[in-house]
Amino acid sequence: MTTNILPMLPIILPFIAGVIMLFIGKRPIPHRMVSAVTGLMMVGIAAFNIYYVYKNGAMVTFISNWSAPFGISVVYDMVAALLVFTTSLVMFFVVIYSFQSIGYERERYYYYPMVMFMITGINGAFTTGDIFNMFVFFEVFLLASYVLITLGSRKIQLQEGFKYLVVNIVSSNFFLIGLAYLYSVTGSLNMADIHIKLSNYDGSLAIMTLVAVVFIFVFATKAGLFPLYFWMPGSYSAPPMPVIALFGALLTKVGVYAIARTFSLFFTSDTAYTHQVLLLLALLTIVAGCIGALAYTDMKKVIIYNIMIAIGVIIVGFSMMDYAGTIGGMYYLIHDMIIKAALFLLVGFIIYRTGKNDAADLGGLIKQHPVVGWTFFIAGLSLAGVPPFPGFFGKLYIVESAFDNGHTFSAIIVLLSSLIVLYSIMKVFIKVFWGEPSEPIELKDIKSDKLLFSAIGLVIVSTVFGLSADFLFPAFEMAAEAFYNPSSYSNYLMGVE
Amino acid sequence: MKSTLKRAGYNKVQRQMNDVFIQFTSKVIFLIILLFSVNLFLAGHYTPGGGFVGGLLAASAIILLLMAYDYETVKKMIPVNFHLMISLGLALAIVVPTLLFLFGAPFFTHQHTYVTVPVFGEVALHTAVIFDVGVFLTVAGTSLLIVTLVGGTEK
Repeated sequence: MTTNILPMLPIILPFIAGVIMLFIGKRPIPHRMVSAVTGLMMVGIAAFNIYYVYKNGAMVTFISNWSAPFGISVVYDMVAALLVFTTSLVMFFVVIYSFQSIGYERERYYYYPMVMFMITGINGAFTTGDIFNMFVFFEVFLLASYVLITLGSRKIQLQEGFKYLVVNIVSSNFFLIGLAYLYSVTGSLNMADIHIKLSNYDGSLAIMTLVAVVFIFVFATKAGLFPLYFWMPGSYSAPPMPVIALFGALLTKVGVYAIARTFSLFFTSDTAYTHQVLLLLALLTIVAGCIGALAYTDMKKVIIYNIMIAIGVIIVGFSMMDYAGTIGGMYYLIHDMIIKAALFLLVGFIIYRTGKNDAADLGGLIKQHPVVGWTFFIAGLSLAGVPPFPGFFGKLYIVESAFDNGHTFSAIIVLLSSLIVLYSIMKVFIKVFWGEPSEPIELKDIKSDKLLFSAIGLVIVSTVFGLSADFLFPAFEMAAEAFYNPSSYSNYLMGVE
Repeated sequence: MKSTLKRAGYNKVQRQMNDVFIQFTSKVIFLIILLFSVNLFLAGHYTPGGGFVGGLLAASAIILLLMAYDYETVKKMIPVNFHLMISLGLALAIVVPTLLFLFGAPFFTHQHTYVTVPVFGEVALHTAVIFDVGVFLTVAGTSLLIVTLVGGTEK
């Protein structure tokens, strides 16, 4: 009974909350209450689920009681548990942040229900054990994100929203084509079953490599990898700040998760080709991200290009697909979700307070906001991966794994990228908080207690995560096992067949 | 529909439009389509059909009325709030599978039973029908909402 309900709750709860808000109608205050309470409940449940999975191993539930390779199964392993927990945490803080920043009109026009539906899709994509079901959940959160990106109908939002829509529809079509290829090869859609079938696969390697390339194309578009990131800087800077924080922290990471999952379970026969392509794309993404992060002084743009660097680093870890590489990838994935949301929220506070996007126009803010300034400093250190903060552990393992596998060049690029991340974020810090502004800034009088609560709360969460990295290590080891030893993921089929 | 055409500057067309035939036939066809959609909806468990197709068909019946008459008339004939329809449909679609936990089976495991009704004999009662009603309402409500919004007739 408990394993039936627990893995479904992160999908059901936000959906029910969304429906309740639809019934309530265009009244923002009850919407706020419902979404905040749901956020808290989800954080609690996700935390309990981590504990439960840690004690008892992966939770599996077969939807509609159809046994595993035929029906849809939900596999709530440690990877899913950690990602769902982080998603719920980020969602909770962003919802609190939205109270004072998103604007009354957007709240009236179903902003919170759309956030909830998006979280439904994201959690579903993280937990499902069926590749077609993953496609469906991708569509669920993409539909909600189309609404969120255009809600408010400013000119820039519509323009960038249209671009986002076209890019995602095209890549979703390719996802479907890739699924059709995969199904024609294996005759199954259950991810664990596909893994078992492909490990005894003696057909042509060419078709599997083709499928792998289609999947790289699809997920690289969603995650913003090198040649396909062109839509990201524009689309992610158009919507209001809380939406950017949600998108930047969660949506691209779903793409990364999908890459890690499919490349550990499906494409294991020709790793010399597929994983090399992945590594190359990841390195190019890091370089492109570094160039962007150095080139801009617009605070949003700097952080958006930092997303690209982080995604490159995570993919370097996952393209190694060994013990250290996947542990590092997991650490960095979770770390990046938290710290990117925190940075977006902090930058959002600065933008709402001063009304300026460009760091070059600002200066001397440390006099008015010492706490925000030093929190931003800590977040910057955390982003770059300075030791006590969690980014360090992820990068340590990723670099170690890259050296072990003889990819010295990749390791050096990852290390150099940390320096550039540190430089780009400290450049923003120094310009905004130190010195004197070129022309005096008028600070806007806004209510900011909830803005600061969310932003500083997330930085504290990130710091605590860094300090307790040692304590959490067994959980991450367990999560990484699903990647470097994929048969541990498909084990649950053994009991069924 | 007329008011939309008028706003778009089709006054002349509107004057020439002869509505009698389409209005008369649509009144007849409307009922037939609606009955067929219910038939498809109920057929859905073992044969092709179900809430999605049924909902689309029901929506298309109402869209036929919208084409023959204008929005205000149809609103008077069928006083349904599409927003509420969608909310209700979504609520049924999520609450029913969730409540099925009480039977101790995995999410979405439907329960059924057979009852004997005097005239019809043995009839199957299935919780999947309630879920499908939710799908029906959501699909019909969404397509009608889209059509009325794109038509620009809803204030």
